[in-house]
Amino acid sequence: MKPETLLYPTPKGLFCEKGGFYIDPVQPVERALITHGHADHARSGHSHVMATRETLDIMRIRYGDAFCISTQEAVLGTRTTIGEVTVSFHPAGHVLGSAQIAVEAAGIRIVVSGDYKRRRDPTCLSFEPVPCDVFITEATFGLPVFHHPDDRGEIAKLLTSLRQFPERAHLVGAYALGKAQRIIALMREAGYDAPIFIHGALARLCDYYESEGIALGDLRPATVDAKDKQSFAGAVVVGPPSAFADKWARRFPDPIPIFASGWMMVRQRAKQRGVELPIIISDHCDWPELIATINEIKPGEVWVTHGREEALVRWCELQGIAARPLHLVGYDDEGE
Amino acid sequence: MRAFAELLDRLVLTPQRNAKIKLMADYFRSAPDPDRGYALAAIAGTLTLKTVKPNVLRQLVLERMDEVLFRYSYDYVGDLAETISLVWEPPADSQTAAGDLSLGTVMHQLETAGRANVHGLVRDLLDQLEGSSRFAFLKLITGGLRIGVSARLVKQALADMGTVDVTEIETLWHGLTPPYVSLFEWLDGKSPKPELDMPAVFHAVMLATPVGENDLTALDPKDFAAEWKWDGIRVQLANLAGTRRLYSRSGDDISGAFPDILEAADFEGIIDGELLVGGTMRTNRATRTFSDLQQRLNRKTVTRKMLDDYPAFIRGYDLLFSGDRDMRPENFLTRRAALSALIENAAPSHFDLSPLVAFSTWEELDRLRKDPPDPVIEGIMLKRLDSAYTSGRSKGPWFKWKREPYNVDAVLMYAQRGHGKRSSYYSDFTFGVWTESNGKDVLVPVGKAYFGFTDAELEVLDRYVRNNTVERFGPVRSIRAEADHGFVVEVAFEGINFSSRHKSGVAMRFPRISRLRTDKLPRDADRLETLLAMIGTPENNLSEPAEPI
Repeated sequence: MKPETLLYPTPKGLFCEKGGFYIDPVQPVERALITHGHADHARSGHSHVMATRETLDIMRIRYGDAFCISTQEAVLGTRTTIGEVTVSFHPAGHVLGSAQIAVEAAGIRIVVSGDYKRRRDPTCLSFEPVPCDVFITEATFGLPVFHHPDDRGEIAKLLTSLRQFPERAHLVGAYALGKAQRIIALMREAGYDAPIFIHGALARLCDYYESEGIALGDLRPATVDAKDKQSFAGAVVVGPPSAFADKWARRFPDPIPIFASGWMMVRQRAKQRGVELPIIISDHCDWPELIATINEIKPGEVWVTHGREEALVRWCELQGIAARPLHLVGYDDEGE
Repeated sequence: MRAFAELLDRLVLTPQRNAKIKLMADYFRSAPDPDRGYALAAIAGTLTLKTVKPNVLRQLVLERMDEVLFRYSYDYVGDLAETISLVWEPPADSQTAAGDLSLGTVMHQLETAGRANVHGLVRDLLDQLEGSSRFAFLKLITGGLRIGVSARLVKQALADMGTVDVTEIETLWHGLTPPYVSLFEWLDGKSPKPELDMPAVFHAVMLATPVGENDLTALDPKDFAAEWKWDGIRVQLANLAGTRRLYSRSGDDISGAFPDILEAADFEGIIDGELLVGGTMRTNRATRTFSDLQQRLNRKTVTRKMLDDYPAFIRGYDLLFSGDRDMRPENFLTRRAALSALIENAAPSHFDLSPLVAFSTWEELDRLRKDPPDPVIEGIMLKRLDSAYTSGRSKGPWFKWKREPYNVDAVLMYAQRGHGKRSSYYSDFTFGVWTESNGKDVLVPVGKAYFGFTDAELEVLDRYVRNNTVERFGPVRSIRAEADHGFVVEVAFEGINFSSRHKSGVAMRFPRISRLRTDKLPRDADRLETLLAMIGTPENNLSEPAEPI
């Protein structure tokens, strides 16, 4: 059997005909396997959803109990038979609950990485390399320009700015699931123990992380009546990036717009968004991590999806590794 | 190098003036010598380095990297220096750099390297520096920092750092060279103020305060002389002990762009005046507009044709030094008489004297101010006859009394979000007026403004933008602007000129939104013809000849 017949892209998402399921489908389907809880991968409206316990919890928090008809919890490392194939979930190191999904049939194993990274992250399990015939890798930061710096140095930039501008509110834009909690946890590790204020969109997810044993310290809602504006002077406020262009941001005194993202690597990106303090912290692999992972797993073939496919495919060609882009639609590579 | 690189990264993205000053002052306080001196030189544009051609950098990176992958990267980033700084990887077997290479060390290596060794040195340094530092290094050696910091601003940061007045920095500036060790020792309070051995240095200029309401009622017109305020740029020309220099108001050395003036300066001393383009009154030719002067500004060198097409001259206001005699303690009349005599003997094509305006009452002067005899006049200067020449801006001895601004009613067309405090407000506006196109009336943009309104008015403007957005282009919104539905504002501005760079063919100076005209419909806004009629024609307006008192 050819690997292309075990898993192939369709308009609804990556499809496994022998198992009758889709992986991270972008439209409602009968049976879905979900790698992680980000909205472009985990959508509501499927009939049956299989994912890690944490991912199922996160989907429930985001979409309510009725996000699907029935669920099946995937235990990391445990093999499950679905139709004519066997599947297993393995940590991806992306966000809490994130997993790679290995699909096996007729002696062929394909690993779908989902989104992943190789750096230490105090809020989730580390990526676990799984030997395979085909490795489907993301390529969000699949260009040689992306070399994410050490996250401690990035957090130090934020702490320095708090000392330099104690009269200004520091507004940190961070994706509500994963990035926000990681930033908060890293700040706590760096010794910052003042209260951190959070946007309403983060509250339930932060509570959930706490309930999973990930300590985030003193978090307070960033709500206040207008007369109390000065209480945010020198405070750290974390919220989804979109909120900072909104009227919501007016409650803060002379705010410094900060954005925690891998995209902040490129200065023009930061400038276009009006970001004054870019914090280069990513939940995706940078270029050296993508390459190191392929070298480590040594798959027979690499399929590259969402992101800058062409550069990673070119690199594989130069190394003599069979590679091709896998054109999947519907994933939001700008959302990081 | 890392601290300098971080400073550059912050400065590029920080729009607020005060925050930039703070970032620089903090850096100067914490960085060691000579690093901070080289950083200062890099920011102020006084660093002289052998520059490295972009092609050399491209070759270096392609020694290490696949050309296709480099092309993908460059296409994505768009800036060569930044692309190289991001993709560069030291060879796998190289020793990791022993800590952070200092800016001083990098500068020393570049200065001492022979031409032939530059290639290899750049490669070694790229290997030893990390990400942001590589970018700062590449910007230094390609000669374009472009961080939105003027020389004036960095001098203000130095003044803040040492809690001295910025005029003291400006006076010292041209007598000192990188890495400015004596300057920093003085600012640190560790040694006395540096002594200069060059006499033709910049002396901080005397500035006027605007005439406020009721400022003049208590003052006697007989105590003051009045002069026209010319619309050029304020300069200081020094010619002492064989050194000639032309400085802008803030002490930038602009000599390179004005060899015609330096050559013609055959008197010894330092004069204060207005730099203008056109002919002097002594040659009976017209003074040309500010936009003509702009052709000569911000150039390092100037062509023969430029000199012929845009002849520059200085209209004298004051005399600071006559020969090496310090005139500044003398009163205005004494200085004026000496200036008049000096200009009498100077080249008529390049120097004239700013004429005094005779008046006996403030009302009479007010009438003259509102209807000046030359379009290149932007108001009146008032100078106390008994005042000495003192640097800086103190209220009392000198006043400026500007002509009333121009006004038009325009329609808001586009809005963009502001920065800092205003990052959640649509506060930067493009406005337009009516013109005929293919037999129909359409709005054509004539300018941009982001100030002039109050905070309460900004709330009103922001709400209008959010509720009347037609289209979005990135951070810009186009606003509903039709004859019967739209937002009319009164725009005040200081001057207007023809401009080939703008679709409307005109460009305003210092436009601001002076009033919200919610009482008007867009159809009542002004037309482009009205703006065109406001543009003066200098050829028809000869000024009065000079008349010394």
